[in-house]
Amino acid sequence: MTALTNAQRARQRLAEQKAQVSEARIAALAPAPQAGWSAEARADALSRLRAEGLPHPRDEYWKYTRPESLTQAEAPAAAIFTTDEKGIFDAIDRVNVVFVDGVFSEELSSDLALEGVSIERLAETTSDIHWASGLYGKLEKAGQDPVARPLAALNTYAATDGLLIRVTAKATKPVALQYVHNSETSDAMLHHVVKLEEGADLTLLENGPAAARFNKVMEVDVADGASFHHIRAQGRDHERRAVTHIFARLGTESTFKSFTMTVNGVLTRNEVVVEFTGNDAVAHVAGAAVGDGDFHHDDTVFITHDAVNCESRQVFKKVLKNGARGVFQGKILVKPDAQKTDGYQISQSLLLDDDSQFLAKPELEIYADDVACSHGSTSGAIDDDAMFYLRSRGVPEHEAQDLLVIAFLASAMEEIEDETLRDIMLGRITEWLERRRG
Amino acid sequence: MLEIKNLHVKLEEEDKQILKGVNLTVEPGKVHAIMGPNGSGKSTLSYVLSGKDGYEVTEGEATLGGVSLLDMEAEERAAAGLFLAFQYPVEIPGVGNMTFLRTAVNAQRKARGEEEMSAADFLKAVREKAKFLKIDGDMMKRSVNVGFSGGEKKRNEILQMAMLEPKMCILDETDSGLDVDAMKLVSEGVNQLRSPDRGFLVITHYQRLLDHIKPDVVHIMANGRIVKTGGPELALEVENNGYADILAEVE
Repeated sequence: MTALTNAQRARQRLAEQKAQVSEARIAALAPAPQAGWSAEARADALSRLRAEGLPHPRDEYWKYTRPESLTQAEAPAAAIFTTDEKGIFDAIDRVNVVFVDGVFSEELSSDLALEGVSIERLAETTSDIHWASGLYGKLEKAGQDPVARPLAALNTYAATDGLLIRVTAKATKPVALQYVHNSETSDAMLHHVVKLEEGADLTLLENGPAAARFNKVMEVDVADGASFHHIRAQGRDHERRAVTHIFARLGTESTFKSFTMTVNGVLTRNEVVVEFTGNDAVAHVAGAAVGDGDFHHDDTVFITHDAVNCESRQVFKKVLKNGARGVFQGKILVKPDAQKTDGYQISQSLLLDDDSQFLAKPELEIYADDVACSHGSTSGAIDDDAMFYLRSRGVPEHEAQDLLVIAFLASAMEEIEDETLRDIMLGRITEWLERRRG
Repeated sequence: MLEIKNLHVKLEEEDKQILKGVNLTVEPGKVHAIMGPNGSGKSTLSYVLSGKDGYEVTEGEATLGGVSLLDMEAEERAAAGLFLAFQYPVEIPGVGNMTFLRTAVNAQRKARGEEEMSAADFLKAVREKAKFLKIDGDMMKRSVNVGFSGGEKKRNEILQMAMLEPKMCILDETDSGLDVDAMKLVSEGVNQLRSPDRGFLVITHYQRLLDHIKPDVVHIMANGRIVKTGGPELALEVENNGYADILAEVE
């Protein structure tokens, strides 16, 4: 028997700790289906999860965000925020699908019929054959390389519900997923699969606190010439925790645009993993997060260019005060044959006081020679000169500050193409600023 | 209207006295010009009057219409009728020029307990005043001062002045960075606003601005004080002989 080095021993200890946490988490889950079309993908995900283990604070990818509350067996409780405010997308003509603490509610949902769009529940489709079997867990699995995302594997293994959406035409109205949080200890796990066939077009809206703890995966397959627009509002219940993953695969001349607004939330980690597989495609991932006090928001994005002449754009803005923390980990990987790649990445934070913090890790990894890639990351305070200029024109201090905050967020908000949706989002941020003045 | 008595000002962060006893009274309807060499305290005077942070008044007072300015916030001074046209107008990316102007007009009205201006009335007023200053619709849609030329920035200042209708206007080196045509256009904008109940304090290095905006009184400022006051001929004297003679004479 050869003696282990200290480093080897440390690695072994870490692996043991991770296995222990993982097994405790797995044991606390409802058993996954043993039969049906998803069984194989789930079993495969379980072995991935066991091989990697759940995230540990010592993992490089979790350096800035503590994973314990997301990996522990029981969900930490989160108080329910009650408001008589209308739902953020209530004014939009849409198909509305409601989940309460991660369980589909037929009573609260609208009719799911929409021309060119088929919507089924993951929990209901237990037959042996389903179109989603070619995707469920497949894009997630592909997204595990080169960086492991064990919480997504956990989700593929154990998701209890979700939607399987297949789009074959240009949808006449958006599909909205509304996540209601109704139990202080709810631990929800949803997995959606969205497949856009050639030339199809869908806008997907998401909003709501979802649960005390929420783990959500969405796999999106965008075929040649198809377009997917995703607008998400996360927020409200201050004590909620969420980890979400989007895995998108883009075909030739396809479009993928995802925007997330986050207001409040003690812990949010949003991972977006995009892979260009066809030429001439476009992917924009953007976000605006505003946090006050006990707020931690992490945007982790990984974009792989593996096709020619594709454009990717990441625009993330965060406004932080009273000790709020923002994290950005964004990567653009350009593979050797991905010539004519146009990659752009910007992450910025506006710190409204000295207690707040922004941690950014922008990365470019480029193996092709004919590419244009740029990235930038900044952290700053309100511009004193701009502030004085506004006040010298009679604009009161708090109003001037709000104007400058909205101005700071503008380039992220502009990533929302639809003007009505952009105005709704801006309205919510303005209300938040007004509530939190002083 | 504007009355400044024995004003002493130092920098907040360092022990540096900048204004050392300024006395100045601007009557309604009059245009006063302040000239002076670099570092004499002209811009500091304009900042202190409009409420910029970083300065400490150690002695003296400044009132507008009998009301003390120095205890007010910058926005309160604006609502009380004070306006500073900046030497370097600030660029504010993301804030639309029109939005900014409307916010400012209505904030001042609100502070004075007046009704907000309706969108229609506001637009009508802006269009008319912008046209006179040759400011096109595109400039109103863009972010405040972003991508504006030097001349456009100064015209934008005058547009704000025209919309806010202040009692007392301070122009801090409005001629800096302007070519002859732009200076003429800006001056016409200012002259348009001259009225019997509005006072002007025009800070400048050069006589040429005063060819367009004719002053009633000219002050020479040096080393934190007003050292000489006279009529428009004083500006010509500076133009011809520089400050050296005047400063020597005062010494």
